[in-house]
Amino acid sequence: MNNSKLTAMAASMMLLFSNSMYAHRAWILPSATVLSGADKWVTVDAAISNDLFYFEHHPMRLEGLIVYAPDGSTVKPESPNTGKYRSTFDVQLTQQGTYKMAIATQSVFATYELNGDVKRWRGAEANLKTEVPANAQKLQVNRMTQRIESFVTAGKPTRTVLTPSNKGLELWPETHPNDLAAGETAKFALLLDGKPAAGVAVTVVPGGNRYRDNLKEVHVKTDAAGKFSIPFAEPGMYWLNATVASEGSRSSYIATLEVLPQ
Amino acid sequence: MRKRIAALLAAVPATSLAANLALTIEIPKVTVAEYHRPYVAMWIEKPDQTFAANLAVWYDTRPKTTDNGTTWLKDLRQWWRKSGRELTMPADGVSGATRPPGIHNVVFANGKGIQPGSYLLVVEAVREVGGRELIRIPFEWPAKSTVSTNGKTELGAITLTVKP
Repeated sequence: MNNSKLTAMAASMMLLFSNSMYAHRAWILPSATVLSGADKWVTVDAAISNDLFYFEHHPMRLEGLIVYAPDGSTVKPESPNTGKYRSTFDVQLTQQGTYKMAIATQSVFATYELNGDVKRWRGAEANLKTEVPANAQKLQVNRMTQRIESFVTAGKPTRTVLTPSNKGLELWPETHPNDLAAGETAKFALLLDGKPAAGVAVTVVPGGNRYRDNLKEVHVKTDAAGKFSIPFAEPGMYWLNATVASEGSRSSYIATLEVLPQ
Repeated sequence: MRKRIAALLAAVPATSLAANLALTIEIPKVTVAEYHRPYVAMWIEKPDQTFAANLAVWYDTRPKTTDNGTTWLKDLRQWWRKSGRELTMPADGVSGATRPPGIHNVVFANGKGIQPGSYLLVVEAVREVGGRELIRIPFEWPAKSTVSTNGKTELGAITLTVKP
């Protein structure tokens, strides 16, 4: 089998995978993002759907879910459950400040030839070397990372959980994600492996599209410093998505942001 | 006599000791099956709507409520963002119990220490399983004045009187 056919297979595998993840929208949706009082709870939905924010397609799997407390420690979510169309979990906000919930996944795809047969492999980075035979030929590896986040604040917003991990594509929110209000423009930036990600296309879609014809999505591109602004005219839940693709790699970031009325 | 006092006051720096801010706030009577007294916040902003001072916050301070009523403070959306989320409630001189429908008088001595200038009085009310309303009234401190306005839903007549 020649190289171009192998490349085509690798590309179609990427497309196959991307159809299941990117033709639909993945999201984490907390029951509230701004809370007052001590020891309050939030219930969080996680789903992959067509319409925002309705769970009508697939639940998000909760492996890879990490909940960060305001002091930077991780918190075990309570009552996790994966049902037919959504997963849910609860978090008690025992600290004042900003919590972050993130589901980060990485998948590695490989195509190679072994004794004239084309083989495909999909798995975790750690298993790539052990599960793909050493004598594999024409090995092509594609890595896909996805980070899905949302933010919840009890009391005064804090920024500890907003510190970037410097891995993959992530948001640097100059405007605090739990300080968004209708009529105000939020300022954000994107980082790729800790460095400003310039020229990246960002899409923001308001929720509730089941009840309107026009999607009303906003498209912006990050500038040379990786920065972008989103004017939030109306209150509501918004889905933010950005993807960076290069040779053998695709990195995606998704956030659910709540914009409150004035 | 009045001329002499006026001259005396003119000589004294404008943060005069006797000045106060008097508010009359009407909480409207709402006839619904499930009525709850509204949470009300009143505060002062600079003309650019940045926070200047808290006047009062009326919320459910009854001891038998499990969270001392603080769960719903964030529903006073503007107040919460401008000041509330930075405070520990109850806050001395600011916290108070919810009030029933009717006309309520409150007086704030010294205008809570604001410097002379232009300001906005802000009153925000939100009612459980009801609506929310916010009113802004511009005023000069400590210029003698009386301003009235009417809310439409969760607030009734509001009168601000500056007594220098």
